[in-house]
Parts: sequence; structure tokens; C-alpha cells
Amino acid sequence: MPKSKSAYSISTKKQKPDTYIFVVWVDNEAGVLARVVGLFSGRGYNIESLAVAEVDAVKNISRITIVTTGTPQVIDQIRLQLTKLVPVHKVAEFKREDKGVIFKEMALFKVVGKRNKIEKCLNACKKFNPVILDETKTSAVIQITALRREIDKMNKKLKPLGLISTSRTGAVAMTRGAKIFN
Amino acid sequence: MPKLLTGAEIVFKCLEDQKVEHIFGYPGGAVLPIYDELKNHPSIKHILVRHEQGAGHAAEGYARSSGKPGVVLVTSGPGATNVVTALTDAYMDSVPLVCISGQVPTHLIGTDAFQECDTTGITRPCTKHNWLVKDINDLSKVMHEAFRVATTGRPGPVLIDIPKDIQFAKAKYKKPNKEKKLNGKSHNKFSQDQIDELVKLLSKAKKPIIYSGGGVINSGPKASQALREFVELTGFPITSTLQGLGAYPGDDNQFLGMLGMHGTYEANNAMHDCDLLINIGARFDDRITGKIDEFSPNSKKVHIDIDPSSINKIIKVDLAIVGDVTSVISKINKTIAKRKNGHSKSNKSNIAKWWEQIEKWREKDSLNFVNSDESIKPQHAVQRLYELTKNKDTYVTTEVGQHQMWAAQHYKFDKPNRWMTSGGLGTMGYGLPAAIGVQIAHPEKLVIDIAGEASVLMTMQEMSTAVQYNLPIKIFILNNQYMGMVRQWQELLHEKNYSESYSEALPDFMKMAEAYGCKGIKADNPNDLDDKIQEMIDYDGPVIFDCHVDPNENCFPMIPSGKPHNQMILGPNDQEENKIKGKGKALV
Repeated sequence: MPKSKSAYSISTKKQKPDTYIFVVWVDNEAGVLARVVGLFSGRGYNIESLAVAEVDAVKNISRITIVTTGTPQVIDQIRLQLTKLVPVHKVAEFKREDKGVIFKEMALFKVVGKRNKIEKCLNACKKFNPVILDETKTSAVIQITALRREIDKMNKKLKPLGLISTSRTGAVAMTRGAKIFN
Repeated sequence: MPKLLTGAEIVFKCLEDQKVEHIFGYPGGAVLPIYDELKNHPSIKHILVRHEQGAGHAAEGYARSSGKPGVVLVTSGPGATNVVTALTDAYMDSVPLVCISGQVPTHLIGTDAFQECDTTGITRPCTKHNWLVKDINDLSKVMHEAFRVATTGRPGPVLIDIPKDIQFAKAKYKKPNKEKKLNGKSHNKFSQDQIDELVKLLSKAKKPIIYSGGGVINSGPKASQALREFVELTGFPITSTLQGLGAYPGDDNQFLGMLGMHGTYEANNAMHDCDLLINIGARFDDRITGKIDEFSPNSKKVHIDIDPSSINKIIKVDLAIVGDVTSVISKINKTIAKRKNGHSKSNKSNIAKWWEQIEKWREKDSLNFVNSDESIKPQHAVQRLYELTKNKDTYVTTEVGQHQMWAAQHYKFDKPNRWMTSGGLGTMGYGLPAAIGVQIAHPEKLVIDIAGEASVLMTMQEMSTAVQYNLPIKIFILNNQYMGMVRQWQELLHEKNYSESYSEALPDFMKMAEAYGCKGIKADNPNDLDDKIQEMIDYDGPVIFDCHVDPNENCFPMIPSGKPHNQMILGPNDQEENKIKGKGKALV
């Protein structure tokens, strides 16, 4: 190992990072998303996807869902640092593999082509609740809801069938059964 | 119906209700309505600085020496950007500051107006929280909330950005809310079970050490009192971080001195070899831990901190107690006392061997240096300063660098809130304005800034502030003509390539003192040093003391980068003995 000339210590062994989903309830006020996102960029955490919208118009609460990767120590820090932000009410996090939680993304596909190609596209999307939002003789906008990797896959698969534009949301999450995050 | 007040009046109403007596600031276009209102509030004194960074550091010195939040008032644009360094400094060292900044009128925000900048955007990462007040009806609530956020939990800086039209607009004033809305963020989250577990660990320990930090100071004088009782009850050795100095008396036998990169041999070795490490209000900073993998490898670790995000951030601990230091230690002391009544078994005998080992390390006398008759050694200067001021309840601030470490090593504090230094951010130029803030809070006390000539030049303009308010601060400059710590690292780490660390042109500090209208004293002979220091102490007014010291002195002991606590470089005496010369240094 080359000798260090730094006055800081050298970073040593690293743990394996995992994918986690954070759900954060915040006051819906100006700059709150910048605070949350700034925390991630400022401390070098990663954001894979982000979804945010107001969920309680009376109490002015927004719900932010963030997919991130990190070692267990980093994930702990993300939770604790998020909890410290003044407009943050509640933070929940779970592993992507967690069976007790559903998480979904939505995607819009614009397909341009003949009728049979569009039919083929719809057929390929069958497993993911396809809905046709717009249709002309030569085009269609198809909405699906699925997991991130499923959408990735569909994105590839539909390319040869006339897919010309994809728009997708970040993941949103909900616990299974009667219990809620707390 | 209650009277409608302007935004500027509401700002002062809030400051009055928050019992603010001093604000540090600098006027400008976007805060003029607030400045206009100042004359109507005689209980609040404004200190006019010469640069907004100075206002921030002065407010920090004020806050750290008094325990009250420091208040800063600046204008928009450059006023706000100039205060960013001080806000970041306060954020790193957990100092409660409330910064009020003016902003361009709301209808001009976003138009690149004159002296406009995105103040809340710029200060978001360096404040606990900040607000842009766009509705006059929110102003009183936000002001009170700002004081609450700054002073509760782990303290820190906050900023309130007030557009000029809001300062003119009128609304009803709302008094501060008594009930505390904590947003689910209660600070004392510990249980008696955790305390019991800790007490069990205490009784089993054979090689314990207490490592206390700035959290003890922040928790208030009662925390220091409780800590002293705790150390006495247990008989354990105690070491302190840079920020924690003064929480425990520096001249007590159970105190091992500061730990970390420039800490004592005994403190660092005790940290490395201990079997129980009790961190009270410190944060395992990288200047403390050295190499993480080999940090205190055989110990059970306990961490007491008010900030849950400090726990397991760097070092995994076995027992975490989240709470205010005063409450936690008082609870521990009570629990120990109760147990002792049951069966008066003390574990002081358990640790007798440990103390023997510590005494052996102590014999190294790791703060030693080779004194000289010809030139003033900087360590000697700090020691003399300490001896001549120790009976005066002196307040000491510092800049950043070698002089700061020598001050921490050789000046022994026996009370909390007497030592103000920039630790986390390491801001050169901190000490002089901080001394101004300390002197404002304690007009009758002796306030000394132990400085380096390079650091002090960064905020030298604030001497003018000291003269304006006749603040008798003493700027004690250890002048070695180098950025000493940079020079030291270049010597040890970069083959003596002293790249840009020598100041080829320095001002004549005597003439500078004269120009500012204060007293200048110069010392370059060790035989005159005591008399000159005494002259400085006796002078009733601000003094710039230009103490010419040996430019080649290094700050030892030192833990080289990437090394654990038990591999320190010691001072010149020891290096001679062990023949660690060129080769040993190359290992750094």
C-alpha cells in the first residue's frame, strides 16, 4: 500500500450496500424537498428514484418515497439525519426484498406504429395492468404499473415494437395488511 | 383589537421577548427598516462589526461564553454570503446562533435584483433550519420558532430571511408559545434500564476511561458539576476533546489532558488500551479517532449524546444513551449512590493497576519541549500566559493552527465556557471577533485571543470594533511568520517543501495597533516575556501583543495520519532518545 500523505485517515474495508426504500412524511412547505434532497447530496448518499406529493391537504403533509442504496450503517445515518430535519414528521425504511411492503412504479409508453404492433405491445404488458390513455390510428399511450426492473425490461422489449417515448415515476410504497408505517 | 405592528417592530418585540440584549450586525439596503427601528428599543444593544463574518464569530463567542444564543443581523446578498463561514462554523461546533438577514422585496425575488442572492438556498446546508418569511403574519411565529430550534436539542445556527416589504408590512404580534411542540423530537430518550446497564459496566471495568466533549459544555454548568461528581464517584481517569476543555478541571490528577491528534501520550494510550470507554457528549471526530479499525480495539463502548445521529455514525458502540448530558449523568450519579448504600462495594481497587499504567505513560511527559534562553518558545509563551492569568477567571479564544493546539495543551481550564475555539470547521480568523463577543458578554473579565499571525490577519479589521466599544481584549499573537501547522505538515509529510506557507511580508503589528488606536506590545526575548505579559494584563484597553517565537517549532505529540492511538510521534526529547529521526518522520 502506498504511504499516505494525507492528514486524514485512509478509508478501509467497506460493507456491502443494499437497496432500501425510505418513506418520509414532511410538512408541505417551500424548500422542503430541497432540504431532503440536499441532505442526500451533501452527505454523499445516493438517490435511485424519488416520488413526492401531498397526501393530506388539511394537515399539509407530503409523502416522499426515496429509493436508495447504502450499507446498514449509512442507511441508519440516512434515517437519523432525515429525522433531525425540522419539517420531517416521520421516517420509515425497509429493504427492497421486504415481503411485507408493496412498492410500485408507473410508466407511460408512447408507441407509434401499425395496429398489430400496438396490439403486440399491449399483449406484452398484459401482466402489468395496461391501460390505454390515448389512441389514434398510428399511435397509443399505454400506462402500466410494475416494479422498477419490470419496467426496465418492458422498456427494452417494446423498443422494436415502436416505443418512441417513456415517462416513468419513482417508486411509491405501502405496507400489506392492516398495519401502517410508524 | 391589538395594535398592528410593522415587521421591523415585530422583529424587536420578538428579540425582547426572547431576552436578547446584544445583536452583532452590519447595516445595508435590505435591512434598513430594522435598523431604523433599533433606536426605539434601548434594552437591545447593537454591536457594529467591520465584516459580517466578524459578526457571526462574535455572536459565537458571545453564545459559547454565556450559554445564551448569539444574534446576528445582516443585509441581503453580500451581507448574507459573508456570514456563511460563521454559520458553518457554528453548525460544526453546535453553537446556538440566530441570524436575521434582509432580503430584496418579495416581488423582486428571483429577478436578480440588486444585492439579491438565494440566502435560504445558500445557508440550507449550514444551518439547523432556515426560513424565508413571505407573509408578515408568519413573522412572529417564525422568530420564536427560530430561537427554539437554535437552542434546543443539539444547539446550532438558524437563519431568518426577511424581505424588505415584509419589514414594512403590518400584522398582529404573537407572543412565544409556552407549550413546546417537539414534532416528535423529544431529547431525553433514555431509560433507567440503560442507566443500570451502564452502572453494571462501571463496576466490572478494570481499565475504564471517560472521554468527554463539547456536549458537556453545551448542556450547561450543571453538566460540568455532574461530570465532576461522576469522576469523583468512580475514580476513573478522564480525557477531553478540544471542545470539552474546562468541563473538568485541567489541573486535576484524574485528568489526562486532551486526546486525539495532538493529545497527550497518556490520554491516547489509555483510549487505545481501555476495556470500557464512556463517551460523554463527544462525536468520535476523525481528529480524535485516528485509524478507525484500530480505535480502542478491546473496549466496551458507551456513548451519551443528545443527538441520535451521532450514535454509530463513525464508531459502533455497545450501549447508546440518548439524552441531555446533565439529565443522564445526574441519573447515573444517583443510581451509583443508591447502589453504594446497599453494599458499599467500590471498584476503585479494581482499577489501581490501571492507574499505575497511566502513571507510567505520564512519565513520558509528552508535552515537553526544549526551552531556550535566546528565542521565545511558543509553548513557553502559553505556559507563562497561563501562570500569569490563571487566578483571574480568564476567557480564552483562539484562531486555528499550531498556536491553537499549544493553547489547548498548555493552558489549563478549570471552568466550562472559558474556552472558545473553532474545532469542527477550523476557521482561521475566528478568535479575534470571538473575543469581542466574549468581552461583550463578560465586560469585567479578562479575555485573551491566543492567535497566530496568519490567522489573525484574516479578521484583523475587527480591532476597529474593539476600539469603538472600548473592549479590552488582548490579542496574544504567537508570531512565527509561517502558517505554522501547514509548515509542520509540509515538514513531516511533504519532504520539507514549504510551498506558500511563509509570509514574506507581514505588517508591523506595533504600528498596526497604533493605527487602530489600541496598544501594541512586542516581545522577542524570553527574559522580558513575563513583564510584557503583565503589562498587557494590566493595560485597561485592547492590546495587540506581538510575541516573536521560534519559527521552526513543531506541535507534538502527534498521531500521524492513518495510525492508531498507540503510535504517536513524541517531542524532541523523546525523539533523541529513540533515534526516531528522518526515518521515523517518513513513516507519517
